[in-house]
Amino acid sequence: MCCLSKEKTARITTDADTLRSEIRDKSIKVLDIRKEEDYKQGHIPEAINFPLSNLLADDSPDKVLQYTQSFGIEDETSVVVYDDTFGALASRVAWTLQYIGHEDVSLLDITYGAWRRLGLETSIEMPSLNKKTHSLKLQPQILAAADYLMPAKEKGAVLVDNRERLNFLEHHIPGAINIPYRMLGSHQNILRPKEELKRLIQNRNISTGSEVITYCGSVGTLSGLGYYALKSIGLDNVKLYVRSFKEWKSLDKPIEKQSDANYWDLSAE
Amino acid sequence: MSKTSLSQSKPDNLPKPKINWAKVEEAERFAEMVKLFRQGKINRDDFRRFRLQNGAYGSRMTDDYSMIRIKIPAGEVYPEQLEKIAELSESFSIGNAHVSTRQNFQLHWVALEDVSEVMRGLSEVGLTSREACGNSIRNVMCSPLAGICPDEIFDPTPYAIATARFLLRNPMNQSLPRKFKINFTCCEKHGMARIADIGLIPYKVEVNGKLQNGFKIFLGGGLGAQSFVAHQLEEFTPEEDLLYTIISVVRVYDRMGNRENMARNRMRYLVNEIGWEKFQNIVLKERAVVRATQSVVIKLEVDKTPEVLRKVSISSELPSHPQGFSRWIKSNVMKQKQPGYSVAFLTLESGDVTANQLRVIADLARDFSAEGRIRNGFAQDIVFRWVRDEDLPKLYAGLLEVGLANPGSLTMASVIGCSGTTSCNLALTNSHRLAKEVQRKFLELKLDEDDDLRSSTIKISGCPNSCGQHEIATIGFYGGGGRLGKDMYPLYTMQLGGRADEKAMLGLTCMKVPAKRVMPTILKIVEIFKSEKRDGETLDSWVHRVIDGNGGPNVKSLNDIKESLKSAVVAPTIDQDKDFYVDYGNDGSYHARTGRGECAA
Ligand code: SF4
Repeated sequence: MCCLSKEKTARITTDADTLRSEIRDKSIKVLDIRKEEDYKQGHIPEAINFPLSNLLADDSPDKVLQYTQSFGIEDETSVVVYDDTFGALASRVAWTLQYIGHEDVSLLDITYGAWRRLGLETSIEMPSLNKKTHSLKLQPQILAAADYLMPAKEKGAVLVDNRERLNFLEHHIPGAINIPYRMLGSHQNILRPKEELKRLIQNRNISTGSEVITYCGSVGTLSGLGYYALKSIGLDNVKLYVRSFKEWKSLDKPIEKQSDANYWDLSAE
Repeated sequence: MSKTSLSQSKPDNLPKPKINWAKVEEAERFAEMVKLFRQGKINRDDFRRFRLQNGAYGSRMTDDYSMIRIKIPAGEVYPEQLEKIAELSESFSIGNAHVSTRQNFQLHWVALEDVSEVMRGLSEVGLTSREACGNSIRNVMCSPLAGICPDEIFDPTPYAIATARFLLRNPMNQSLPRKFKINFTCCEKHGMARIADIGLIPYKVEVNGKLQNGFKIFLGGGLGAQSFVAHQLEEFTPEEDLLYTIISVVRVYDRMGNRENMARNRMRYLVNEIGWEKFQNIVLKERAVVRATQSVVIKLEVDKTPEVLRKVSISSELPSHPQGFSRWIKSNVMKQKQPGYSVAFLTLESGDVTANQLRVIADLARDFSAEGRIRNGFAQDIVFRWVRDEDLPKLYAGLLEVGLANPGSLTMASVIGCSGTTSCNLALTNSHRLAKEVQRKFLELKLDEDDDLRSSTIKISGCPNSCGQHEIATIGFYGGGGRLGKDMYPLYTMQLGGRADEKAMLGLTCMKVPAKRVMPTILKIVEIFKSEKRDGETLDSWVHRVIDGNGGPNVKSLNDIKESLKSAVVAPTIDQDKDFYVDYGNDGSYHARTGRGECAA
């Protein structure tokens, strides 16, 4: 059992009820990762729009720090992030904040679409922003670079590919195992209940002590969700290969595939 | 966890699944066994046997992935079950499910480590994959028209369900010499009674002035590398003898079936080897023993409570008929024997259906089927029954929105294709994709509207094993490899004239047709037929006339057909036509490659 204060800093997801009361208390900053035009049509009250494309245009620590400060986020501010894309985009932003050293960031445990279907309050007003200062303390232990992967694997790290099954079969990093992002969420929540996630990991013989590196197709969104899924069930040593398979291919690194099978033709689309 | 939860409004008079086929302990056991297997504590063969018994096949070229076959007894599926299958396919498979020719749903490319999770999910809605593969009694089939067929004598569905119930997990069925198939049909016309180990057709006779329910029972049929049409056991088998007969046949097969030779151990070989009369005698003797010793102990629990049909939404405003509606009505819809109701067939492509489509099908079943569920058909298709005639335009519009309103289902355009190289270890060709290509071409050319072709069929298997049922097709194909010099190309053997009705016969081998020439060959056959046919003659009857040597005026025999097609199937060199050497769905050149067979339609 961990104590309450630890629980607080290790909060991975925030549920809708908690978020609503924290918004009322004004004790929190909420980031909406959807496109600007979607945000303008309605968003969670007080949420600040931070489209993923803005982050991806330049995700260097300095630029991210600038954004953080312009949103009025200080070192101790609680931040909750949401999107409407299974929590994958929100995960990428949350991970980036953690990488520059912001500890208290969590994911809303449902998508914006689910929030609306529940009939919860939305707003079209933009909150006013006051610039604050935030320190920069990089957390390299949660980042994996291309050259890190194979040596780490040699030493027993588990490589997890969070893309869909058909993409994985077509090609993947040698030795990776596939946990498609669709496996991570439930009908209601962006992440399954912990007991279920634990079972999925145990079924794969991965222990909580293992080092795990997640990756996906291109920018670390789906694998960002994979990262938080693993963190949520107590795996401590998880890293995100944020440049993912797109970079891996462009570097002409070795690739593995399931050959001699026409699995794509099973698709009804 | 959020305290507030998403609520969904669903009509409250929906029928629930009547039977829970599942046991969640089996999922837990499976997860344990996978761990032991991965740790090397169980050997590969033992694990394989266990895996198959629980409904998980190995995938093409790898045991790390499974195809999970979900048993659907009598083909009946409820909306919540469809939604669960959709969810499981998105989470653990490839976001698609597949309807087999034996009314199962199949999920492909599931990681071995996740099979137990799929089983667990299935158990939440009462479904199981137990005994869907391996040497056991497979899904008990029942005609999708049972209960609504104008020609049936009575509805066999309750008997099929009761039989499935009696046999599932029954020790008598856990280690048979090989797989065993039981098919119930509604009438002589619709069904596969003559190509199963046990096939049954409802029948009534007068005994002492009273009409008595019973069956015509057929034994020892089946398709495969060597196929046989079944024999009828006796004139009439009364309903009380149904279970005893099934038990006797299973026992005789269990005792006498060939356990040595994997290739010849289906019951049809036993029947063939010892001769029908002898086999028939043994079964009848066995049944006398079973009847005498067990009749007090066991009986089939047939649930004959008549079903209360729901009131479904009756369309108030008549929508203007959506585009394509009349073509769809003509080729996908039949009238039920109950006035005012229709049955609508969905045209899938080789049985593939996306998770999203499954959800829509579930909703449409709730809204438009008075029985509140669907049935999987015999032809890799899905069937809506008990639809009010006036609701058909709305049903069509709903299907149209998700790409499920293709015409052609009850016509020659509904092409069967087994999984082939998409997932099957034994496959030599991509029969799955070829079937899709042929279907698309037929629809494009509007051949589904041609009444001369309507009663004919095209069925394609990826190897001689017949999971694609090529032997009962008017035009059937099975995959192989061809060679010109050192270059290999995908090749099919074409058979003509197969059928599964009361005149059941297996197609006769006509000639070899390269994969990339299958389409033109079929069209050429249609063309020859058109110029040769007699007034009112259909393609399948013309084919039979020709096979019997009574063709004419110009094409008189099978050999003549061959002659007229010969020039179309000549192999070009690889320099002349590179594409010829590449199978559908591939970009590289063709190699025939197979792994260890577990066989999967
Ligand atoms: S074994 Fe069956 S499923 Fe596999 S290719 Fe042959 S006929 Fe098709």
